Amino acid sequence: MSITIIYTIATLGIIGILAAIILYFVAQKFKVVEDPRIDEVEEALPAANCGGCGYAGCRAFAEACVKADSLADLNCPVGGNDMMGDVAKILGLEAVKKDPRVAYIRCNGTCDHRPKTSQFDGATTCAIASSVYSGESDCEYGCLGYGDCYDVCDFDAIDLREGMGVPLILDDKCVACGACVDACPKNLIELRKKFPKNRKIVVSCMNEAKGGVARKACKVACIGCSKCEKECKFDAITIDNNLAFIDSDKCKLCRKCVPVCPTGAIIEENFPPRRIKPTEKEECSTAK
Amino acid sequence: MLKTFKVGGVHPPENKISAGKKIEVLPIPKTVFIPVAQHIGAPSTAVVKRGDMVKTGQIIAKSTGFVSTNIHSSVSGKVKKVDVSADSSGYMKQGIFIDVDGDEWMEEINRSDDLVKDINIDSKEIIQRIHDAGIVGLGGATFPTHIKLVPPKGMKAEVLLINGVECEPYLTSDHRLMLEKVDEILVGTQLLMKAMNVDKSVIGIENNKPDAIKLLSEKCKAYNGISVVALKVQYPQGGEKQLINAVTGKEVPSGGLPIAVGAVVSNVGTAFAVYEAIQKNKPLFERVVTVTGKEISNPSNFLARIGTATSELIEAAGGLPENTGKIISGGPMMGRAIASLDVPVTKGTSGILIMKSEESKRKEYMDCIRCSRCVSVCPMGLEPYLLMLTGEKQIFDRAESERIMDCIECGSCSYTCPSNRPLLDYIRYGKGKVGAIIRSRKK
Repeated sequence: MSITIIYTIATLGIIGILAAIILYFVAQKFKVVEDPRIDEVEEALPAANCGGCGYAGCRAFAEACVKADSLADLNCPVGGNDMMGDVAKILGLEAVKKDPRVAYIRCNGTCDHRPKTSQFDGATTCAIASSVYSGESDCEYGCLGYGDCYDVCDFDAIDLREGMGVPLILDDKCVACGACVDACPKNLIELRKKFPKNRKIVVSCMNEAKGGVARKACKVACIGCSKCEKECKFDAITIDNNLAFIDSDKCKLCRKCVPVCPTGAIIEENFPPRRIKPTEKEECSTAK
Repeated sequence: MLKTFKVGGVHPPENKISAGKKIEVLPIPKTVFIPVAQHIGAPSTAVVKRGDMVKTGQIIAKSTGFVSTNIHSSVSGKVKKVDVSADSSGYMKQGIFIDVDGDEWMEEINRSDDLVKDINIDSKEIIQRIHDAGIVGLGGATFPTHIKLVPPKGMKAEVLLINGVECEPYLTSDHRLMLEKVDEILVGTQLLMKAMNVDKSVIGIENNKPDAIKLLSEKCKAYNGISVVALKVQYPQGGEKQLINAVTGKEVPSGGLPIAVGAVVSNVGTAFAVYEAIQKNKPLFERVVTVTGKEISNPSNFLARIGTATSELIEAAGGLPENTGKIISGGPMMGRAIASLDVPVTKGTSGILIMKSEESKRKEYMDCIRCSRCVSVCPMGLEPYLLMLTGEKQIFDRAESERIMDCIECGSCSYTCPSNRPLLDYIRYGKGKVGAIIRSRKK
């Protein structure tokens, strides 16, 4: 009996040693040399794997960072400047500061502003609704409100605001990963420069129809009158296809364009109340 | 045993309310809006401008590119503007607005009702004239007819199938046309046969139209090579591939064209339009439209000019009933609900269906219970539940390998689903995405 046990142990032991030797040489032969800094950089990244950097995930981004000679084209919007500074330190490169961004849904066509003219009862996703028809209101450019952006957001940064018709992006939670930008079939969402205290001046409309048509479909539509363009001293506003656009990189938040807008399509958010009561603006917004 | 296609199919209630109503000529409206994209392929380019005077039958938009066709004015009068207006999907599409003034036709159009039987032009000229007259498949797909008649290299057409199936419930425009314009359709069929150089043609008609089957069977004896076959009532028999399978027993290969099995399919409406274009010099600017619905007071078949607003058709059929839920352009299975009554009649409008709010509402959808009814009714032999899932989860490579592009969007799966799942919505979405992926790969 005991001999059988000894033989067994000996045989298995020899097989084990042989296998170990073979594996050692194979491991030497097929050794993959990986930069240890990739692990370090990955450790510093937020591990959200959101794809906001343009790479397949945090690991892929870390590899790209290690390979790159400069961090100018690489940015993790989730981590922001502080974290990219850490990455730069690990890699011994110069940190490149980038303006933080925030997503914004350029439609203010809530139910009070945009009357419904039809009803959709198909599958409730924006992608399907927009492939079938233009939407429940007369505005073919506006938000459908089924929340494809809400579904793709990994950071709970979108409030669906059920019943309002248009979701709201919560500035403090938004990391500007851009998932909602790709998900919106109407291309309403834009990544804009994030100003201190979340202040923003934005044309909250994407309607490219002629003024009359746009105004008929929605009370707060941009009619492309170009009053704001003339008012802006910083060339931040351009008019294209009957639609004004404020370039957030050029905007200085002077708020001069807001009162001149006849429809109230330009929105100011998180500003302190104006000192002089803007009577002009009130008259305009109530005029029919 | 009557013939039918082999795989799948459903039989919804037929509701052919307007089958007994003769085709009435709809009064010419005061203004028309003629979209420049009424067919599959590249939109035509407008060749008239604001203020131009046009006559009925005059070309107002010219074909651009290979898959495209001409568009003719359906009325005479003054061009008001070339502008955008909402089409049936609610999106703004370019078109031509014309203010009607009298009804002056182009001189070359023969307006008499006499039958012209003699065919004395050759095949090439027929195809050219079909192109010039702006003829598209009037069954609903609106594919330019002249392209279908020229088979790709190495293939040869053997048989022409004329589609008189009209499998969509409610619609009766083709049925009425077969009863009232039988000789014209048969001459049109002969013209199509000559254009393609085939000597055999079969007209397929579903068995719920016995009067049309009887009439056509009698009349076709006078024409060489044309025969009529009665088919069992089964939706979607009017689908090109299903009709070929039902009549010839052959199956069109996945991703292939009907010409791969030697068949070309044309609608009876198209055959009639071909007759008018060649024997009467009349381009395609009017068509038969069924206006129907359970609540509407006077369901009818109208001969309407292209560009007439839907509201005019409904008014002529007795006005909009109070409890209207949906207005559908086309039939209840494949038609689409329209968002505005200003939507014009186009070359592809076979009917306007007005549905009660109770019958039009979709029921709330529930989870899939794996009953596989959708699989058993799919006429293309696909697995709709799986295709819906790939659309929902955005797994488009799987959707492609499951042959989502073979879906003909007949809606049998959604119709039959006991959980009311929006199968076709997701499949159509997936099809769009996969189609875009395939196109980008080719570039």
